[in-house]
Amino acid sequence: MSAPHLDHGTEAEAPLSTTAERRAVVGTTGQTPGKEWVIVTRGLKREYDMGGEIVRALRGVDLAIRRNEYVAIMGPSGSGKSTLMNLIGCLDTPNGGEYWLNGQLVSQMSDDSLAHVRNREIGFVFQTFNLLPRSTALQNVELPLVYAGVPAAERKRRATEALEKVQLGARLTHRPNELSGGQRQRVAIARALVNDPAILLADEPTGNLDSNTSEEIMRVFENLASTGQTVVMVTHEPDIAAHARRVIVLRDGVIASDERREQFAARIQTQPAH
Amino acid sequence: MPILEAVRLALTQLRVQKLKSFFTLLGVTIGVMFLIAVVSVVNGMARYVEQDFAGKFLGVNTFSLRKTPDINMGEMTEAQWKALQRRPPITAEDAYAVREALPAGARWAIQDLRWVNPTTRYVAGGPQVVAQAVTTDLFRIKDLAVQRGRLFNEQEAAIGSAVVVIGQAVAEEYFPGLDPIGRTLEMDRVPFEVIGVLEKQGSVFGLNLDRQVFGPFLSPMRRVTNARVNLYGVVVQGQNPAEQAVLQEVVRETMRRRHKLRPGQADDFALESSQSALTQWMSIKKYLVLAGVVLPAIGLVVGAIVIMNIMLVAVAERTREIGVRKSLGARRRDILAQFLAESTTLSVLGAALGVALGVGLARVVAMATPLPTGVALWSVWVSVGLGAGVGIVSGAYPASRAARLDPISALRQE
Ligand SMILES: Nc1ncnc2c1ncn2[C@@H]1O[C@H](COP(=O)(O)OP(=O)(O)OP(=O)(O)O)[C@@H](O)[C@H]1O
Ligand SMILES: [Mg+2]
Repeated sequence: MSAPHLDHGTEAEAPLSTTAERRAVVGTTGQTPGKEWVIVTRGLKREYDMGGEIVRALRGVDLAIRRNEYVAIMGPSGSGKSTLMNLIGCLDTPNGGEYWLNGQLVSQMSDDSLAHVRNREIGFVFQTFNLLPRSTALQNVELPLVYAGVPAAERKRRATEALEKVQLGARLTHRPNELSGGQRQRVAIARALVNDPAILLADEPTGNLDSNTSEEIMRVFENLASTGQTVVMVTHEPDIAAHARRVIVLRDGVIASDERREQFAARIQTQPAH
Repeated sequence: MPILEAVRLALTQLRVQKLKSFFTLLGVTIGVMFLIAVVSVVNGMARYVEQDFAGKFLGVNTFSLRKTPDINMGEMTEAQWKALQRRPPITAEDAYAVREALPAGARWAIQDLRWVNPTTRYVAGGPQVVAQAVTTDLFRIKDLAVQRGRLFNEQEAAIGSAVVVIGQAVAEEYFPGLDPIGRTLEMDRVPFEVIGVLEKQGSVFGLNLDRQVFGPFLSPMRRVTNARVNLYGVVVQGQNPAEQAVLQEVVRETMRRRHKLRPGQADDFALESSQSALTQWMSIKKYLVLAGVVLPAIGLVVGAIVIMNIMLVAVAERTREIGVRKSLGARRRDILAQFLAESTTLSVLGAALGVALGVGLARVVAMATPLPTGVALWSVWVSVGLGAGVGIVSGAYPASRAARLDPISALRQE
């Protein structure tokens, strides 16, 4: 069987909500999906063995995300959102299923190739920032470039540029504890973007921020998405999800719904989000 | 990640984690320092005994035929001592017979000596000196050379000229402020012309080797030393230890024949070599060297355990950092390189410091004691190797465990 042919250009905004459609993307025998599909998962599983009791955090997730899409992932606490993000970000290893990133089958990659993928293809923004506390903003943003083998001078130039893009050009030598929460998250965003990743992943990026700062961070993501950056973001806030163009809701480790923003917005006006 | 990057990162970490760095450094430094210092002290003792004592005093690859052994390290009963005294003397005829028996290439010399009180016109009295009546090869056997003047030649030796070569201390004490060459030194009222002053030799076991006077065996010096009663020694030198052993058997056979000893009868003379005098020392030295290496090595191992623990804690504290780095694309070997660079930088710094302190300590011991402590190069290599090895392994092990984690497991650890 040939690689899936998926040039429904007019349907770019339409999520793939039916199993049939997802099958069309991945193909039933699991060939490499087409190039415009940045993320494709099939039957993705993640279980935790808690001393005999198996916690099934993800129970087979089929997901396909196109280049340039801006996707929000929602769902109640414990539904597996972070677990899914970590798998998509190659920070964790699935127990089952397949995952293609940019047409590459990630779930069979070696350790070093995974490091390369994390370095080049993925920018990850964490709820808790995860900056190195003893390094300056500039040094933090330089890190991915260090592991990419970029020479020092160019590294500094590109990291400075990335920080300027998030309005932190004047805070290069500040350490994380000398920055506000919003500024820290912007450093983390600059770090995630400095290597021009294929996808920007954010797990509750505003979870630790007050509402004003959250708005400010959301505008950064909004701008990025509008310039064509692929963004996948986990959030609890329906109004934050409302910024995205597609909303996926997880429940008990499976996808409960996958809708365009308009459908989602219409639905949450008539019923609570979860 | 390039190695320079790793080292730069390491130095930053060291500055940040001062306490951890200090203890790692301390462990390696102290271990290295003691290893070097103790080995150099033991080495100094060995050099003192083996070179100064054995070399200067007895000669290299040399043995002496004597009536009784000169150096006695063991206990002796009254009866044993009396038996030794009843032995036949060593005579000049014995010495010449030995020379006849020796193969070509072996060195041979007569050495007779006695403590005397010399006199000169320039001072009233002075310390006793060792007067020696010797044949010319003794200078070569004992590696003696003149600083001024000359040694006596074969002709002077043959006709028995009353000339002497004196040690530095004799020159200073009996010819103060004067050039002794050409001046007269009297012993037992016999005048001798000084023709040479020997190079400085220092002292061995409190015996000042510069307080000696050497004259030709056939000269009146022979009367000064009472050579007729018994010769102090007939000295024989081979080119190497193996040859020495062969020569020793030649001399033994010669003397047994001359003394008409039957097989089974014990020797009634002594063949004394640096080895025979040193066997006792050697048996002690083994333990000293062992202790000198083992004790500091134990120190290093204890240091290693401390460092390992510190590194384990440090790595645990930094597992989050490892997670962050891995999430940004660090490979396992990048993490490993980072921690290796850190512990290597620390250990090498500590080892270098330990070398400096160890050499310093050895110097202090050399100044405060008569031991000529020599820093053994091998001890520097061994201790640096051990110290650096300890630091590197103890740093690498915890890091290699942490580097194996999934980024998310590392990030989750508190
Ligand atoms: N390291 C772990 N060990 C054991 N169980 C885990 C682990 N991580 C997650 N889980 C379990 O997996 C399930 C999904 O967790 P996950 O963190 O993905 O939820 P979430 O949707 O991100 O929740 P929240 O909105 O609270 O962040 C939960 O039941 C959780 O208890
Ligand atoms: Mg979560």
